[in-house]
Amino acid sequence: MSETHEGVHRHPAPTGFIRKYIFSLDHKVIGIQYILLALAAVAVGMVMSLLMRLNLSWPGTSWPILETLFPTGAPGGIMTPEFYLSLVTMHGTIMVFFVLTTAPQGGFGNYFLPIQIGAEDMAFPVLNMMSFWVTFVGFIVILMAIVVEGNQAIGAWFANLGPSFAGGSGTVGPIGGWTGYAPLSALGKIAGPGQGGGMNLWVISIAIFCVGSLLGALNFITTLLNMRTKGMSLMRMPLTCWAWFTTAVLALLSFPVLLGGGILLLLDRIAGTSFFIPGGLYVSGLLSGSNPNFPLHTGGSPILWQHLFWFFGHPEVYIAILPGMGATSHILATFARKPVFGYRAMVFAIFAIGLLGFLVWGHHMFISGMSPYSAVAFSILTLSIGVPSAVKTFNWLGTLWNSRIRFTTAMLFALGFVSLFVAGGITGLVLGQSSLDLAMHDSYFVTAHFHLVMGVASIFGMFAATYFWFPKMFGRLMSEGIGRIHFWITFIGVYAIFVPMHVMGIRGMPRRFSSFAEYDFLRNVDPLVLLVSVAAVLTIAVQLLFYFNFFWSIFKGEKAGDNPWEATTLEWNTTSPPPHDNFAGVLPTVYHGPYEFAVPGAPKDFVMQTDIEAEVPSGNGHNGHH
Amino acid sequence: MGRVLAVIIWIITLLSVALFFSDKWWFVEPISAHAPAYDRQFLITILVVGIAFTAAQVGLGWAVWKFRDTGKPGDRSVYSHGSNRLEVLWTVITAVIFISLAIMGQSVWASLRLHDAPAGSYTVEAVAQQFQWNFHYAGADNKFGRTHPSLIDDGTLNFIGLDPEDPSGRDDSVTAALAIPVNRPVELRLRSKDVIHNFWVPQLRFKQDLVPGMEIKVHFQANKVGKYELACAELCGQLHFKMKSYMLVLPEDELAALQVLPQEQFQARIAELLNKYPLPTN
Amino acid sequence: MATMVTTRPPITKKGAGPGPGMPEPNGNGSKGDGFRDPQSHGNRYRIGMWVGLASVTMMFTSLSSAYIVRSSSANDWVPLPMPRVLLASTVLLIASSVTLEFARRKLKAALTKEYAKWLVATVVLGLAFLALQLFAWRQLTAQGIYVSSHPHSSFFYLLTGAHAVHLAGGLLGLGFLWLRSGRIANEALQLEKRQASADAVTIYWHFMDALWIYLFLLLFLWR
Repeated sequence: MSETHEGVHRHPAPTGFIRKYIFSLDHKVIGIQYILLALAAVAVGMVMSLLMRLNLSWPGTSWPILETLFPTGAPGGIMTPEFYLSLVTMHGTIMVFFVLTTAPQGGFGNYFLPIQIGAEDMAFPVLNMMSFWVTFVGFIVILMAIVVEGNQAIGAWFANLGPSFAGGSGTVGPIGGWTGYAPLSALGKIAGPGQGGGMNLWVISIAIFCVGSLLGALNFITTLLNMRTKGMSLMRMPLTCWAWFTTAVLALLSFPVLLGGGILLLLDRIAGTSFFIPGGLYVSGLLSGSNPNFPLHTGGSPILWQHLFWFFGHPEVYIAILPGMGATSHILATFARKPVFGYRAMVFAIFAIGLLGFLVWGHHMFISGMSPYSAVAFSILTLSIGVPSAVKTFNWLGTLWNSRIRFTTAMLFALGFVSLFVAGGITGLVLGQSSLDLAMHDSYFVTAHFHLVMGVASIFGMFAATYFWFPKMFGRLMSEGIGRIHFWITFIGVYAIFVPMHVMGIRGMPRRFSSFAEYDFLRNVDPLVLLVSVAAVLTIAVQLLFYFNFFWSIFKGEKAGDNPWEATTLEWNTTSPPPHDNFAGVLPTVYHGPYEFAVPGAPKDFVMQTDIEAEVPSGNGHNGHH
Repeated sequence: MGRVLAVIIWIITLLSVALFFSDKWWFVEPISAHAPAYDRQFLITILVVGIAFTAAQVGLGWAVWKFRDTGKPGDRSVYSHGSNRLEVLWTVITAVIFISLAIMGQSVWASLRLHDAPAGSYTVEAVAQQFQWNFHYAGADNKFGRTHPSLIDDGTLNFIGLDPEDPSGRDDSVTAALAIPVNRPVELRLRSKDVIHNFWVPQLRFKQDLVPGMEIKVHFQANKVGKYELACAELCGQLHFKMKSYMLVLPEDELAALQVLPQEQFQARIAELLNKYPLPTN
Repeated sequence: MATMVTTRPPITKKGAGPGPGMPEPNGNGSKGDGFRDPQSHGNRYRIGMWVGLASVTMMFTSLSSAYIVRSSSANDWVPLPMPRVLLASTVLLIASSVTLEFARRKLKAALTKEYAKWLVATVVLGLAFLALQLFAWRQLTAQGIYVSSHPHSSFFYLLTGAHAVHLAGGLLGLGFLWLRSGRIANEALQLEKRQASADAVTIYWHFMDALWIYLFLLLFLWR
């Protein structure tokens, strides 16, 4: 074996610190880098949501630290409306791009897709390294938006790059929401605070992020198509691999559209073009073309930006959730000690969700002024996407039925995923109807819906994945005790935060308001707003336990064996952590499907994919036990 | 552990459903002609949602309550890879329910958006700008004066760029509040001077973006006299949350008397009417 | 839920399923030799290139759809006069595809010296194309037509610029092939890797050629 071993390595195990941990070509190191990036980004995003809740529920209270950090954004320690709106924007952007798109795919996908299909590494290790570092640069650029807008001196310095780069609005970044609707996002400083350099950096950061994601997606697809080991037929792949693959296809086809739109938006901002800016605008007391600060624009289409954005934006929500679905299926089967119920149906459902995901972007635009006839088609297609989602839920319940569940922390989070996915996804039946969207659009009902389904459910998928794969990645187990406390409080907390938000939305509360004090019709939901804020503070606080558990367990956790969960797939067939080439020179050969638990007659209650000795009853996988 | 989880899931389900079906926090009282149909469709949908949500959570709770690993050797899960019959069954059932909802959900949309405003509708132009609403009334002659962006001057309060040369514009009025007749179809022609805004009166049960460079027409009918809050529901910049005004639904004669007043008296009268009518209590 | 536990006779298995199956030592996945198998290794480059081109296609599709929407969204559309030099650059780019195809075939016939020569010819033609594109830009700016002048000029600069950036990437690929062309390759793996990377760059280059013709037609027929 050692002979082939020599020839196998395209890149030998590095020895220097920089090549080993920084500019590493090893998909496992890159995966952990992505996870650490997401952990940093989610901390920033969470602090931002905390500040938003503090402002909404205790608006007059002074927070001296805010004044120290942002003297103009929070004079006297009380945040300005523009400061709040920039928090909204940056929270959304950082969470969607740098958390929900990095950890599930770039993080866990990178680490486990090659191992689960029995490959030594990704197809293109150099591209893989580049995709992480490009993404990292994107993150640095979005953080720069904070200082450029928040700090007068730096903001003024950035004006050297061009007038559109002038910052210093006293905010923590641009104002536009994560969707950056034109023309607000396209007009530049004239449209108010938060429309200067921070917005340029926002667009640039997203464009950079697109490039990084594309490199990653290309690698995932090629790896999966080309590098499966002997016996690893498509239908023997773990469902995680199907999810990562479909996610990569979605990313490959949707990010270029956002990239194109981002380039057009940037040209409108810095080159004076009119892709999204219509003619005859009168902004802040100036007519377009009447003043050097406001060049002439004609004929652009604001709705065009929305089409380009949502053609990407809708697949993006599946990019965030599909890996969580894959991880949940994987972890449910493992700890239920039972094969996945309806594996084929699960694969078809993933595909159907991916395909329909490209056909429903218009449901974000029912009331945008686009053709009301197209709304009819988008509405019906949107409700159809609920069918494969429901199929997945039924199959998860089917997997649990007649099983023997082991309640580890990973399993608790996977069960939490199922519960939250149902709770968040099912209100799509309301929002997907163009009629009902008439009143629900841009209300807290929408905020509640997407936070539960693409935010919290995805994060639960990632928590489950972390507790589950941590022993493989670091050779040590995370503390189950701390993990359980983390689970219980987070699970109850997120329901307490997001269920009341639905009701606020039904009452008519619009999103993205820094204060609701002006509106009499919202007075009766004040107690709910307070409840949400208290729950948010507690839930965010308990995440510190997770950070502690994660970093403490890397060094002090209980040692894990190669297969602590008695699982079946290939990642449990190698050491913890796996060697540089994953399988120490001998690629495994696969003989069984991915989830052979409780096989009648087998000596143990699980049959590993590589187990040549085991006899598994023949059948098409749809008959009962014997 | 499984039993604790089951109980917690059930309690969360119960509290969530209770929150939705408590009277305390629900829609504001509707006033538009299409609102009863809207509210009915919403209720049907939320019932389907509630039943499906409850069923799934109760089922999940039951599964974790009942099925757990006892650790006894030989006590294993039931070995099964699924059932094609069940897959077909639940795919068909959910498809039928979801598509039916989608089709039922078209009627309110069609009545509001796929048909033009009925003949004889009362027409008002709305021109939004950052943090302010401008409503343009045709005046005694029932003709809107010509407007042009180059004539806009916020400094002289010509917010919408009315052309002083156009005789049909001389009797027009522009105010921040929207006044419309009760029990009569109304058509709004929505425009924006700068960025995207959104017209939102919760009692009317519809929203519509005001998009710069476009004129978007919407129609509705308000059936109850009174004063209602009007908000901007599309992020438009710094003071988005303060872009507030009121909609007055007036008896036909009160509106007719208002309509013929010249600009200054028109505004004074609007101010009186805003004082006269209280906000709805629910 | 009862149906899933009822006992039924096993259905005979067709092909590999997710479910149980007797051990199949060879399975029916990929060859599964990972980095060891030259054929599979070579395919990786070709697959990766096609996958990458799918995303390039999506980006230019999005820009084209923006172009078409924008051309009818307002009455400020002023069609540009076609810079004649673009005809010449088009001819050069087509010629470069031909020379690159020659190069690829020479490599297949193991004529490495000839291969390198044709590569150089392709690079020269590619650089000449970019020079002519730049010349076309200079001609337009001399006439006072800039990126912000009107929507058609915005799209002209944007689309030609985006294409030029992608083509420059292709030139880097060609340069990489040329640098590697002098290396001696004996082993099957090395030979296959070299052929596959030449194939991948060729696919990319032809694609850029076709993309240019498409953009040219879009810009000057749809105006």
